[in-house]
Amino acid sequence: MTNGGSINSSTHLLDLLDEPIPGVGTYDDFHTIDWVREKCKDRERHRRINSKKKESAWEMTKSLYDAWSGWLVVTLTGLASGALAGLIDIAADWMTDLKEGICLSALWYNHEQCCWGSNETTFEERDKCPQWKTWAELIIGQAEGPGSYIMNYIMYIFWALSFAFLAVSLVKVFAPYACGSGIPEIKTILSGFIIRGYLGKWTLMIKTITLVLAVASGLSLGKEGPLVHVACCCGNIFSYLFPKYSTNEAKKREVLSAASAAGVSVAFGAPIGGVLFSLEEVSYYFPLKTLGRSFFAALVAAFVLRSINPFGNSRLVLFYVEYHTPWYLFELFPFILLGVFGGLWGAFFIRANIAWCRRRKSTKFGKYPVLEVIIVAAITAVIAFPNPYTRLNTSELIKELFTDCGPLESSSLCDYRNDMNASKIVDDIPDRPAGVGVYSAIWQLCLALIFKIIMTVFTFGIKVPSGLFIPSMAIGAIAGRIVGIAVEQLAYFHHDWFIFKEWCEVGADCITPGLYAMVGAAACLGGVTRMTVSLVVIVFELTGGLEYIVPLMAAVMTSKWVGDAFGREGIYEAHIRLNGYPFLDAKEEFTHTTLAADVMRPRRNDPPLAVLTQDNMTVDDIENMINETSYNGFPVIMSKESQRLVGFALRRDLTIAIESARKKQEGIVGSSRVCFAQHTPSLPAESPRPLKLRSILDMSPFTVTDHTPMEIVVDIFRKLGLRQCLVTHNGRLLGIITKKDILRHMAQTANQDPASIMFN
Amino acid sequence: MPSLCWGLLRLGSVLGVSCLALSSLVQLTAAAKNFEDVRCKCICPPYKDNPGHIYNKNISQKDCDCLHVVDPMPVLGPDVEAYCLRCECKYEERSSVTIKVTIIIYLSILGLLLLYMVYLTLVEPILKRRLFGHSQLIQSEDDIGDHQPFANAHDVLARSRSRPNVLNKVEYAQQRWKLQVQEQRKSVFDRHVVLS
Repeated sequence: MTNGGSINSSTHLLDLLDEPIPGVGTYDDFHTIDWVREKCKDRERHRRINSKKKESAWEMTKSLYDAWSGWLVVTLTGLASGALAGLIDIAADWMTDLKEGICLSALWYNHEQCCWGSNETTFEERDKCPQWKTWAELIIGQAEGPGSYIMNYIMYIFWALSFAFLAVSLVKVFAPYACGSGIPEIKTILSGFIIRGYLGKWTLMIKTITLVLAVASGLSLGKEGPLVHVACCCGNIFSYLFPKYSTNEAKKREVLSAASAAGVSVAFGAPIGGVLFSLEEVSYYFPLKTLGRSFFAALVAAFVLRSINPFGNSRLVLFYVEYHTPWYLFELFPFILLGVFGGLWGAFFIRANIAWCRRRKSTKFGKYPVLEVIIVAAITAVIAFPNPYTRLNTSELIKELFTDCGPLESSSLCDYRNDMNASKIVDDIPDRPAGVGVYSAIWQLCLALIFKIIMTVFTFGIKVPSGLFIPSMAIGAIAGRIVGIAVEQLAYFHHDWFIFKEWCEVGADCITPGLYAMVGAAACLGGVTRMTVSLVVIVFELTGGLEYIVPLMAAVMTSKWVGDAFGREGIYEAHIRLNGYPFLDAKEEFTHTTLAADVMRPRRNDPPLAVLTQDNMTVDDIENMINETSYNGFPVIMSKESQRLVGFALRRDLTIAIESARKKQEGIVGSSRVCFAQHTPSLPAESPRPLKLRSILDMSPFTVTDHTPMEIVVDIFRKLGLRQCLVTHNGRLLGIITKKDILRHMAQTANQDPASIMFN
Repeated sequence: MPSLCWGLLRLGSVLGVSCLALSSLVQLTAAAKNFEDVRCKCICPPYKDNPGHIYNKNISQKDCDCLHVVDPMPVLGPDVEAYCLRCECKYEERSSVTIKVTIIIYLSILGLLLLYMVYLTLVEPILKRRLFGHSQLIQSEDDIGDHQPFANAHDVLARSRSRPNVLNKVEYAQQRWKLQVQEQRKSVFDRHVVLS
């Protein structure tokens, strides 16, 4: 299929005579697509359908179907994502509580649902009801006492280990691509890389099933990143039903961008945050059409999840906060302090996690993935059980930390010393001195913080589906709550200090520790992923706290600046670099003064450029060239003397075309001439039939001169999505620059290891 | 043209299945508003001598307030208003049918996968070894040291290409899938090339 070729009628006739060879225009696994070619193919198809539109009603229907197929794919993706997210939420809640006990009256209820209709719950112990039996009660018959504690401990560890073992075995046997978070690979796929099977049916099924098991085993991971992967799998599978998307890799990526928005929308209950996340973090190209489709996908997914109603209270996520107390200007200091903590933690986590993953990749630690998962799960379970804050499901921990202490709370975190004489009815409880319960809760929270910081470093990247959002938010929420309680006590005991006297009166409800937890969570998540706008939108959609946008923005901005001072990459870009994916980051700037001639191949000592001539080569010559070299494409020139450029031919297309010609056309032998030109040259009478391969030639390859600055070349590659670019000198072909060369050059100028770029 | 028809057919079947699933879901959620699945929950904090208490009642949303739900009222007369002002009442509903169906679906899929995994890793090599005897033991160079399941996929693929009936097509597809998974496993677990 020629693109951008001449419009003269004899070319058109020749194109009509050659049928398209099946297989030409597809890509190998682990290769980069050519965005320009895909977009041209799509425009061709659209023109063809439109030109036939007026012929009959059937053609009109076909063109309508074509126009609406985009919205149909996105609707199906949203429906599937919402349904799967509901399944994952309900199943994960149930299995998490299975570690502690079981509901005898209805085995499928988790703890909260089991005690839902019971009248025996008391104000202090809201979870206890006779229908819910812990394992100690069932096995040894006692509910309290040291024996039952030990039995509960043993059963907790047993269940955690069996879930983790099941998860990693399923991943290893059925779908090895289902492990990890998925977001670095999806970012790379959306920038134009092909990973076959990564978004397939088996990966979808195994990721859904093992995500529930991984979350239920108590490991320090979340389900948001894997939900984005699940949604993209749905998008990919549905796009195969529509020829507009199944044959065109560039259009498919538009659907995948919309699908990732749907994924974040159901993970957090944040549809608008999902669209912004897709724009900021995941997508490479984001035209306005994709914005509309992402919006619609997020909407449909949120609607489906809400109608399934997994949490039983008509809300999408657990963290809805209901307080609307104002914040004061002096509180910006602790908020910025939390932002600094978030940035520091983010930088530490990225360095530590990448170091550990690199060690796992290159030494024998990585030879035993199943054993590694079991050991991590065992250590997590053993240390997490004694501390009530780590024994909790992480989402519930975050919810408890975000909730402010009102008159209706009775946890030890809210054990303040009440002024018993206060008989007037107030909505806000004034600031009070902390009781014993609060101090012990702070101590336990500090231990939980250290534990989570250490375990998350080793947990992110193990061979089960693992996300990063919830653990980061938990770490930030713990730190924020501790700071909030500290500021609250400071304000109570030193209310005569200048800063407090201005804004905090005695007896007023001044400080809200729950708000500090929220700000801390946002700061830590921002420090590790370096998101800005999408993070703030997600957090205020999660919590409903619209008054608190300014503190959130201040903390997120501070954490981004502090984190960037230590290293410019977020965790996902760092993982992309660790794996050596060919991802040309659109956010980095290339500021060196090198020229195209310095980066192009062949270099001074390399063998000369492997080229094809327009009509001088035989089939045998071409096959030899393909077998001897490993280049992905060959420039076609007019003749070796003139070196004037005709076009560019890809290796895969040449192989497929020659193979199909040998099978289908008679008379093609090894010594047949291959002709890339419009008119075949005159050959002697007894020579075999020439092979015309003009249809697979790209007649408009991009060229730059050898004196073009590399800044412009990198810009061209980024903006157009090129795979390779030819370099000419005075109009003659000199060399070639591929995306891999550019990535290697950028790594070299940034003093990183250029050999780490693995793929084409 | 035939590819378009085929695409439309596939689309129609998928839409049909999803409509069925969605309608059953809607029916479930509608039928789920049964008596036990709605409640009004009132949390009342300690007041004077009374300890804090939680009250639950199956009552409609318009009647969900302190006076209808708190029964028996622990304080008398003029204190009732003060007590009720401190209480917080929320209307909640859930769908027990959805939860039950979801857990059953999940556990059955998990069970099937576990059975298939046990079959693939333990039962199939034993069966194949008994059926084909010693010829299977000659491994190709690629499979040396490869003790994973699916290690015999290459041989079966080569053999099954000659017989074109339906059962062999299924087996052919299965062996091709096994090869793909083996490739994926090599890149992820052995060579640590992707997803490290």
